[in-house]
Amino acid sequence: MNTNDLILQTVTKIVSFIILLFSLHIFFAGHYNPGGGFVGGLLTSGAIVLLLLAYDIKTVANSLPVDYRIMIAVGLLFAIGTGVGALIFDVPFLTHAFGYFTLPLLGKTSLHTAVLFDIGVYLVVVGATMTIIQTIGESE
Amino acid sequence: MSVLHLVIVAPLLLAFLVPFLHKRFQSFHTGWFVLLLPAALFIYFFQLIPAMKNQGTIQETANWIPSLGINFTAYVDGLGLLFALLITGIGSLVVLYSIFYLSKEKENLGTFYVYLLMFMGAMLGVVLSDNLIVLYAFWELTSFSSFLLIGFWFERERSRYGAQKSMLITVFGGLAMLGGFLLLHVMTGSFSVREIISMASEISSEPLFIAALVLVLLGAFTKSAQFPFHIWLPDAMEAPTPVSAYLHSATMVKAGIYMVARMSPIFAEQGTWFWLVSGIGILTLLWGSFNAVKQTDLKAILAFSTVSQLGLIMSLLGVGSAALHFKELDNNIYMAAVVAAVFHLINHATFKGSLFMVAGIVDHETGTRDIRRLGGLMQVMPITFTIALIGSFSMAGLPPFNGFLSKEMFLESMVYLLSLNIFQMNTWGVLFPVLAWIASVFTFIYSMILIFKTFAGKYKPKKLPQKPHEAPIGMLISPIILATLVIGFGLFPNVLSNSIIEPAAASIMPGLIDAGQAFDVHFSLWHGFSPALFMTIGVVLIGILLYITLPKWKKIYEILPKQFTLNHMYNSGLIRTETGSNKATNLYMTGSIRTYMIYIFVGLIGILGFSIFTKDAFAIDTSNVASIGLYEIVLALIIVVASLTILMAKSRLTSIVALGAIGYTVALFFVLFRAPDLVLTQLVIETVSVALFLLCFYHLPKMSRKEERIKFKLTNAVVAAGVGIVVTLIALSAYSTKIFDSIAQYYIENTAEKAGGGNMVNVILVDFRGFDTMFEIAVLGIAALGIYGMVRLRLSGRKTE
Repeated sequence: MNTNDLILQTVTKIVSFIILLFSLHIFFAGHYNPGGGFVGGLLTSGAIVLLLLAYDIKTVANSLPVDYRIMIAVGLLFAIGTGVGALIFDVPFLTHAFGYFTLPLLGKTSLHTAVLFDIGVYLVVVGATMTIIQTIGESE
Repeated sequence: MSVLHLVIVAPLLLAFLVPFLHKRFQSFHTGWFVLLLPAALFIYFFQLIPAMKNQGTIQETANWIPSLGINFTAYVDGLGLLFALLITGIGSLVVLYSIFYLSKEKENLGTFYVYLLMFMGAMLGVVLSDNLIVLYAFWELTSFSSFLLIGFWFERERSRYGAQKSMLITVFGGLAMLGGFLLLHVMTGSFSVREIISMASEISSEPLFIAALVLVLLGAFTKSAQFPFHIWLPDAMEAPTPVSAYLHSATMVKAGIYMVARMSPIFAEQGTWFWLVSGIGILTLLWGSFNAVKQTDLKAILAFSTVSQLGLIMSLLGVGSAALHFKELDNNIYMAAVVAAVFHLINHATFKGSLFMVAGIVDHETGTRDIRRLGGLMQVMPITFTIALIGSFSMAGLPPFNGFLSKEMFLESMVYLLSLNIFQMNTWGVLFPVLAWIASVFTFIYSMILIFKTFAGKYKPKKLPQKPHEAPIGMLISPIILATLVIGFGLFPNVLSNSIIEPAAASIMPGLIDAGQAFDVHFSLWHGFSPALFMTIGVVLIGILLYITLPKWKKIYEILPKQFTLNHMYNSGLIRTETGSNKATNLYMTGSIRTYMIYIFVGLIGILGFSIFTKDAFAIDTSNVASIGLYEIVLALIIVVASLTILMAKSRLTSIVALGAIGYTVALFFVLFRAPDLVLTQLVIETVSVALFLLCFYHLPKMSRKEERIKFKLTNAVVAAGVGIVVTLIALSAYSTKIFDSIAQYYIENTAEKAGGGNMVNVILVDFRGFDTMFEIAVLGIAALGIYGMVRLRLSGRKTE
């Protein structure tokens, strides 16, 4: 049977971008508003799952050539690296630092090492959920 | 480390070298190298004799664990020296004998001499240690090396059985003894025997004292094969004969005797000690001699005879403890019992050692030890016969051999008991001489069986597996030396009296000898017409009569049914323990995870419920409870309904959906209780997990996919209700008894100020408590990799199968 899922695929193209943007928003807003690395990561993988539903595993793997297991490792490296970085400045493990900087284009912005840690969380969550879903999806 | 320490551990050190010597010098019998050591040690101990007179002692300490008071204190006094001489002296003779007994080609001699040297070193350690823990360590080493020696021919089933039996029984006793030692340490704070002896009078009223006494005696009785622990000794006869001669007649089985003698100054004033030691001793004496008569195997006769003679020595030590109640040394008739014990100890080692060697020669030269097949060997083996005659007559207590003297002294001591007026002896005391006399009659009978059934009677060469001939001279040297000693000690007993026996008896009863007072022992072969002499004459007359009529009354051994024998009890006990514990384990280890869950939950209910009940911990305080709104009630109702749906649902799909409903309702609760981060996470995670559940549901096998309700089981319902109730009670009580304020105020104040954030939850997660988060994401990563691994490896694993 030849199904035609043109509507689904077209809608997915638009919606998955919106979800991705929303997840990035949630991620970056995390320090001040509800959200953060965990929910952000889950929503990102939600967007990818939507792609998986509309297309198939191979197409998605071709358009997003990411090895999610490496992503887990990178995420963990970010988290631990943030902790180890604190040791270089002679403060206890995982001590964060922040400051307010005037950046071109963005104006006055606060920069926080906690964001680096949160990136680690984000990557691990995306990597882990996608690994699970992909593995189960590919298995017979 | 002093010379004395070196002497004690020398056999252990040589044991390390033996395998190299065995490999390097193939053409020599390994025993020749070994022989030098015990001989040298014997000479060393022999030259200590003059120093031991008049209660001289030698003491050397090497620190081992000083912080715990455990040091290797070597201590030589009369008693220790006597045993050391026995161990090294008979050890040398046994090694010499074994050189001719064990074949260089057929046997694994390297192993044999390693075990034997291990045993010798351990035994020296036992008798020359002052520290109880060191003594115990050596004690267990004797058990282990004895185990190895009994199982030397390990391809035989009986050897393994005997080795295991002796191991179980002696280690049981050894552990009990360790318990006794620890109790002594608790009472006195010392591990040193001499220090404990000096405190003996202070601790005798302590509540732990009797327990320590019984435990130490348990160790001594199991090692010395006293009733009812004697059953391992006859089975230990599967060992090579030199081992039987050395361990199971002269040395190891006397370790228990040594222990009783050594501990006498501590415990002997107790009535319990008197009754246990002399009572069990006399019972063992009777039982052993009674059973020896029915045996048909030479070594089995000797084994039961050893049991019986050990009982004799033990009872003498017990009777000797009565001497402590009569403080003056002059005319203290019970002291004679101690002297008799020491004297018989020496005598027994000499004649029993030679008899075992004779049994080994007979076995070696004829191929059998069964007295029903032997007979008339007198002409063929005249020297062996002579040795056997001397040994047996000494064992039977006939003049002029040394056994006669010690047996006389034994009977005399038993008669003295009639005049003892403590421990209710005036009512029961008469039993002792009577039992002793009966046992002596049986001893006479089996000694006669031993000699006459083997060497007299008709010569039956056709029944024997080999053509018998006299043993080589090398094999005869050791028994000849021992037989010479038997006669020598019999004719000139006073050679021993003030050189060895006096110091030994003095160290058994140190409290009786005042400073400067010498303790005098004098034997004479003829000591007048005492009651003991008439008893001996009676023994000989009745013994001869019974020996001649033996076939007529032998049926009495069949009176005792097989089920009531101690061996049967031991065997069935062992089997019953095994099957019993197997059954018990199978009873509760069902292999069903449901059962284990019930154990866990019942345990939880039990422990928590018990704590709440006993600590009176339940409390309800409604003062800080918030008001309940309409929304909460509605949401709670939804959760209750959904939970009940899961339990009642017929279809699994319904349960999954209901579970999802609960999850989303919980998310709504989070909304209600103002936790937006939790809401977001809960919603997404619930969606993912419901999807995974559906996946599992979809892949259920068609065969077992029967749609039915969860079956009702009362136990499960009760346990579930119990867990719910207990946890609810604890939650209520915990909420009602808040002791400290929350630390949340700190976070509220510092989220913006110190961490530069606005979302307190996220700031706590990544900043204040970021360490936890780091490992939570690690958990997530591990879970993902785990699933990946399971799915992928399962597929590839199947291919290779």
